Amino acid sequence: MSSSGRVPALEVRDVYKYFGSVIALSGVSMRVYPGEVMCLLGDNGAGKSTLIKTLAGVHQPSQGDYLVDGQRVTFNSPRDALNRGIATVYQDLAMIPLMSVTRNFFMGSEPVTGRGLFRRFDVRRAREITRAELLKMGIDIRDPDQPVGTLSGGERQSVAIARAVYFGAKVLILDEPTSALGVTQSGTVLRYIARARARGIAVIFITHNPHHAYPIGDRFTILKRGKTLGTFTKAELPREEMIRMMSGGEELERLEHELREYSDDSGLQTLADAIREEEKFDHL
Amino acid sequence: MATTTGKADERLSAASPVVRLLRRPEVGAIAGTIVVWLFFALTAGERGFLSLRGTANYLEVAAQYGILALAVCLLMIGGQFDLSVGSVIGAAGMITALLSVHYGWNIWAALVVSLAVSLLIGAVNGLLVVRTKLPSFIITLASLFIVRGATIGITRLVTGRTQVGGLGDVAGYETAFGLFASNIPVAEAQFSLAIVWWLALAGVATYVLLYTRPGNWIFGIGGDEKAALNVGVPVDRMKIVLFMTTAGAAWLVATIQILDSRSADVLRGEQREFFAIIAAVIGGTLLTGGYGSVIGAVFGALILGMVQQGIVFTGVDSDWFLVFLGAMLIIAVLVNNYIRRRASEAK
Repeated sequence: MSSSGRVPALEVRDVYKYFGSVIALSGVSMRVYPGEVMCLLGDNGAGKSTLIKTLAGVHQPSQGDYLVDGQRVTFNSPRDALNRGIATVYQDLAMIPLMSVTRNFFMGSEPVTGRGLFRRFDVRRAREITRAELLKMGIDIRDPDQPVGTLSGGERQSVAIARAVYFGAKVLILDEPTSALGVTQSGTVLRYIARARARGIAVIFITHNPHHAYPIGDRFTILKRGKTLGTFTKAELPREEMIRMMSGGEELERLEHELREYSDDSGLQTLADAIREEEKFDHL
Repeated sequence: MATTTGKADERLSAASPVVRLLRRPEVGAIAGTIVVWLFFALTAGERGFLSLRGTANYLEVAAQYGILALAVCLLMIGGQFDLSVGSVIGAAGMITALLSVHYGWNIWAALVVSLAVSLLIGAVNGLLVVRTKLPSFIITLASLFIVRGATIGITRLVTGRTQVGGLGDVAGYETAFGLFASNIPVAEAQFSLAIVWWLALAGVATYVLLYTRPGNWIFGIGGDEKAALNVGVPVDRMKIVLFMTTAGAAWLVATIQILDSRSADVLRGEQREFFAIIAAVIGGTLLTGGYGSVIGAVFGALILGMVQQGIVFTGVDSDWFLVFLGAMLIIAVLVNNYIRRRASEAK
């Protein structure tokens, strides 16, 4: 994918974030263009959460530039980020279990009807839109009035993505959307991500699972110890190399060596199996 | 893909009308109201519980609990507690009485000032909760004592006593009485205007909660504050407004009381914070927030009023009311938990 001459939908340049004496981010640079999926890969503790919160407007960078559509921005709250079309779907989904799907879908952006004192939450329209939008994303919800707590993990994730897309997200930041899901449900969520991309949305897909990232990603940025190690296209970065960069070469070789003792197979194959096992991801 | 929109989903049949009804938070309180009413109709029906006068009597008591419970219910759905409302009742009543009786103000001017002070107390509660991030239980427990103590201290300093009477003689009393505390005659009974205030405000509160954006935010804040914040809900502002609402309700109750009795007492409203919480909980509001109903709180308050006055009608010592109150609270919480679990498991 050629990206020269185009303006990134979102870009950060050499961003640092300190919490007192803790350095959470120490030089993060990345960009994402409209209509592409940029996978941000990092192991636990790489600084993924801090980066997401910084992009989403929860934290402000201590140092470095944050650009949206080529313009420098400063977000003081998640609302600011949302207003610029940057929507974040968190791992914990920002869904309220006891409230209905409709009420969750429109939380914070409720449609209104009437004027003055009689300006009210248009519940009926909200219900219709929710149902229609979910169907558009291929999610068939039983009843938009049912509490979100009764939905499965994949359904909740899908509702959250559909919500962000409906509210005009230009950049969709997905925090580990597949990490808690089974095989079929992960597949469903990946399909929604592809649909969002087809609609011209810039997607930042954050994950520590290369097997979910590889099929959907256009470009990959590796985050390690609060630093980005660079961005690669799929052609530049074979799957094995990606896994290698994520977890650190030597550690991996040691693990490979260990694993070889249990199996006659090639070490990487065993490792891949082990990772799959760990992620409960066992298609093939 | 859109072919299924028009048709009813076959999986929908799982949620039968019964389950849908049970999903409503107020259903327990309505059933409880019927049970309590039947009980007193049978045990005290002949002694006046069923008469129009008896009905007016328990409705008036229920209305005073109810006005407070409405506001407390909204606040609790928003995940907060306000233990200071009882003290605000005492303070608001005393401010009105001091200004009008002791300093000779027109009572309307005094009412405006006492309302402003009440709202200020609510705003300070809210601000402290928002800024310190301490549980509202602790913040308002502190203001319970501060406000009550200050009311007693200042009143004694100014008047040397803890009660102020003679409110009936101040300027503007008649019109204020007419708006807040007069009675509506129906046949041989006198129905307190407080009942009208109660039901009208219940209508307003239900409308706000279910059909406005701030209503949706209240559910969201109580259900998951962080989630609500992340989607752009003005969490802090809403919390402050909710605390101001409970303080405003306390002012209204205080105003009704002092105009009705023509006197103010520094100890007015003691324990009312707990009665309001109990009415809301009986009405299906979750102690942890995010779930509840104003209609439920109306019935919760109605149960309290019915029992408190019903016991008098049966001739049993009214001390037993408190025993009932505690027992009712436990039963209500258990029933609500059961219903909620059933409703949210019904896939």
